[in-house]
Amino acid sequence: MDLFFQQAINGLVVGSIYSLVALGITLIYGIMHLPNFAHGHLYMLGAYFTFFMMTLYGFSYWPAILVSVAALVLIGMLLERIVFRPLQNAPHINSMIAAVGVMLFIEATARVLWGSDYRRLDSPYGGVINLFGITITQQRLIVIIAAIVLMVGLNLFLKRTVVGSTIEAMAQSREGAFLVGINANRVSLLTFAIASGLAAAAASLAAPINLVYPSMGAMVNLKAFVIIVLGGMGSIPGAVLGGYILGMAESMSGTYVNSEYKDLVAFILLVLIMTVKPTGLFAKEVR
Amino acid sequence: MNTLAASKSTVPILLLILLLLISLLIPWLTSNTYFLHILILIFIWTIAVSGMNIIAGFTGQLSLAQAGFFGIGAYTYGLLMSKANLAYLPSLFIAILLTGIIGAAAGVVSLRTKGHYFSIFSLCVGVIILLVIEKWESLTEGVRGLLGIPIPKIGSFEFASVESQYYLILFFLVFAMFLNHRIVNSLVGRTFVSIRNSEELAEALGINVMRNKLLAFVHSTVLAGLAGALYAGYIRFLGPEVASVEHTFEMLLYLLVGGIGTLWGPLVGTALVTVLMQLLQSWQEYRMVIFGPLLVLLVMYLPYGIIGAFIRQRMKRQAGKAIQETDENMQKGTKNRKMSGGGLDA
Repeated sequence: MDLFFQQAINGLVVGSIYSLVALGITLIYGIMHLPNFAHGHLYMLGAYFTFFMMTLYGFSYWPAILVSVAALVLIGMLLERIVFRPLQNAPHINSMIAAVGVMLFIEATARVLWGSDYRRLDSPYGGVINLFGITITQQRLIVIIAAIVLMVGLNLFLKRTVVGSTIEAMAQSREGAFLVGINANRVSLLTFAIASGLAAAAASLAAPINLVYPSMGAMVNLKAFVIIVLGGMGSIPGAVLGGYILGMAESMSGTYVNSEYKDLVAFILLVLIMTVKPTGLFAKEVR
Repeated sequence: MNTLAASKSTVPILLLILLLLISLLIPWLTSNTYFLHILILIFIWTIAVSGMNIIAGFTGQLSLAQAGFFGIGAYTYGLLMSKANLAYLPSLFIAILLTGIIGAAAGVVSLRTKGHYFSIFSLCVGVIILLVIEKWESLTEGVRGLLGIPIPKIGSFEFASVESQYYLILFFLVFAMFLNHRIVNSLVGRTFVSIRNSEELAEALGINVMRNKLLAFVHSTVLAGLAGALYAGYIRFLGPEVASVEHTFEMLLYLLVGGIGTLWGPLVGTALVTVLMQLLQSWQEYRMVIFGPLLVLLVMYLPYGIIGAFIRQRMKRQAGKAIQETDENMQKGTKNRKMSGGGLDA
């Protein structure tokens, strides 16, 4: 039974990361109807920024994360402004392909600048905590708590502030939002900023647990897409819940079935659920 | 997306014969095997890209599983040849058949989703195929790869030389392009285009949308399987990376450069980008640094690709001429009417 709880905690850690990345993708999809294939690569950039802030410039962990989030917010806004906004009225396939272009560019640039080798980021929180007979490293506990704080914060921002509710409004109905005078460009810029910032935060939290390397975003990206398809694209609760479901499923199957096939779980889960419900679990409407 | 691309062949028949003659003569004109090697790769990828074009360009369902099906074709062929010691033609045939069957199964599930959902779903299908190839070590040798695939052999003739491989693969390319030409210009092809333009409208016209989408999808996977098998027969070594998502995105690049939804787009795009990549060989690591932004610029400024832009230009010219002619006719008509007193209008 101890093993079960241990794996449940691990699933929670992995799920937290997935949820944060999927949240960003789902926000952008909800506002711009753009599946941002480059999102996982923004995640990778976030991890590198934190890594260099700590190793090259001697920042401690939390300030390094702040710098990384700020940098990614800027990069996200830049992308929205020069790549995705001009394509807003083009056929959907075009902006999707542009996202692929951005993705290829970011990964190749990272490879050229920093090489392909794996880097290890040492966590300042290396200690182990004992909770009711289950051991958990401090870093993992931080991941779980920070993810919850970020999600609650995002939710409060969307529900309680005027700026946040413009995002909600536009996700619910574009035309309606225009009618009440919401500036679409500002909202999409803001959405990109938030989504990229979330990706950077997720990556910085996960970096001490995993390794940092140029293609680290690719698999996370694919899984985040599985999550938002499962959760119904554009659905925020769907993304959060989907992230935790997938994290749990991977962790459990890794222990009880076969860890070799851990990465396959996500995709098999997708096929199974889509066979039963082609619109995803939490879809608002049939498309 | 242009709607008329399917209706008229863009290349006059004479030019077509000339092109074919040149491609047949190339091995006689040059003994440069590197040059032939590049051409063979172009032919192979064109076959796979033309399959992607049928489902994405003509039917409007952007499938991102193409490299996966390429991998299935390649591995089925490679395993049958090297481990089951089957002859060349049966191996090729079974590889294509199996890719088609798996394609049909994947299509039945994935095509129920629409738009972005379908693209992402098919992307995941591609990843599943890649992961299965990579992890099923007892069958596929995993990341070590499949070595020692025998030389293709029909009867007692061995396709050992680059020239013979060139002709073999050229034959399949011509066959695939001819097949695509016939499909696109048939009622089935028009049905595909009608689904691309509006699924609801097609459905209202009594078209079985699901069946036709499935048909287009299976056709695209069959071509991917064929290309994969030819690749395995030519390179004679396979690693799981043939099925990687990156190859899918590369094919998408070829398709877009050439012109999505045009018959000649896949060939032109694949040839152009492949040659460009070869020229940039010494810049290998900067390749995607260049092609990434290129892809973005392309969808911004040349969304119809090279062939697509060419067709639009020509259509515009013809439309302009037609408008001019009608103008002249109308003027003539009014003049004639004036002369005859104009009694017909009433």
